[in-house]
Amino acid sequence: MSLTQVLESVLALLVLGAATWTIAARSAFAASVGFVSYGLLLALVWVQLAAVDVALTEAAIGSGLTGVLLLGAVATLRGTEAHTVRGPGLALRITAGICCALVSAALAAVVLTLPESGPTLAPEAMAALPATGVGNPVTGVLMAFRALDTLLEKVVLVLALIGVWSLAPDRCWGGNPGLEHRLSVDGVLPFLARTLPPIGVLLGIHLMWTGADHPGGAFQGGTVLAAMWLVVMMAGVRDAPAIREQWVRLALVSGPIVFVAVGLAGVLTAGAFLAYPVGIAKPLILLIEVPMLLTIALALGLLVAGPPERTADAP
Amino acid sequence: MSTVTLFGLCAAALVGLGLYGALTHPQPLRKLVAFNLLGSGVFLLFGVIARRGAWNTAGGDPVPHALVITGMVVAFAATALAVGLLLRLHKEGGEATLDPSVAAGSADERRGS
Repeated sequence: MSLTQVLESVLALLVLGAATWTIAARSAFAASVGFVSYGLLLALVWVQLAAVDVALTEAAIGSGLTGVLLLGAVATLRGTEAHTVRGPGLALRITAGICCALVSAALAAVVLTLPESGPTLAPEAMAALPATGVGNPVTGVLMAFRALDTLLEKVVLVLALIGVWSLAPDRCWGGNPGLEHRLSVDGVLPFLARTLPPIGVLLGIHLMWTGADHPGGAFQGGTVLAAMWLVVMMAGVRDAPAIREQWVRLALVSGPIVFVAVGLAGVLTAGAFLAYPVGIAKPLILLIEVPMLLTIALALGLLVAGPPERTADAP
Repeated sequence: MSTVTLFGLCAAALVGLGLYGALTHPQPLRKLVAFNLLGSGVFLLFGVIARRGAWNTAGGDPVPHALVITGMVVAFAATALAVGLLLRLHKEGGEATLDPSVAAGSADERRGS
């Protein structure tokens, strides 16, 4: 057994341990913290599978942003936790356990009996990559070969945000999302909220820019920007913008609109929706990515901030 | 055991664990965490199965990687919506439970007090 194999086995055990903790922990707080560390360990697994772009996304969104969302909910729901501990009986739990073990066993059997090589589109993707002018194959797939998926996913983000906003009580509609965060004069959070963003914003934009040729991209960059914005909001340095603001709504839909516009232009110039004319694929991809970065950062930040909960001032 | 097999078995166990948590936890928030665990297990299984085809190309198969990235963002959006619904439920009834008897009981309490 080589050193790599030993390390991979330890990593797999750690992931399973963190996952078990997440399910078995007594309090929702402990489970959420477990989920965050589980996500970070899982990111290492993705690195081992040579999927660095996926690892960055898992660490940023799967672990980081989901963690903030869960911990926020835990803090609000803390009082109700004691009331709802009545779970299913032992017999039901054992039955569920056996059924879930069977599902795992079936999946494990599939993994063990997989043929050596499977179908793949990797050679085709790598062969067509130079035409896009992008060096990172994952970005090439996201922005060119499967651009429709990426466009629809932007739409899903905006739709989910509309869903969250629509949970606001009538009197709060149009107001600022979330509860008011008071600015404490001293403390670590306000300090971080003032010193981290300049570095974080630069890092986010760099991740988007470098995503053309190296691991990274608009998703990961947008998540870093959203995280910086959340620190600023949570520290109370700047309030979240009121959702009736015209600029918020315009910025939110700018990503999908530019995407659709470039796609429709492709019908005229290259013969298909979302097709890029030869030679200017790279500038077009950048044209799509910049508003997309803005949409992702805004939508992710506002999804975590939640629906408006304060009575809106008269407009 | 190869890297692919090892993490494939790990993913299979994660799916089972997540499913168990989603089925047996009484609190909706815990169900949500478990469901996310289940989802990440499915993503990992997908990545592992796709890894075989790309074994000979350096850097792995970009197509499944891109699909998983899209999937993670959509999973986050769905989780945020679910948390929003749960917090609204809590605001309405003072409880965060899917058990109708508990929810009705707390509503009666508040009406009585």
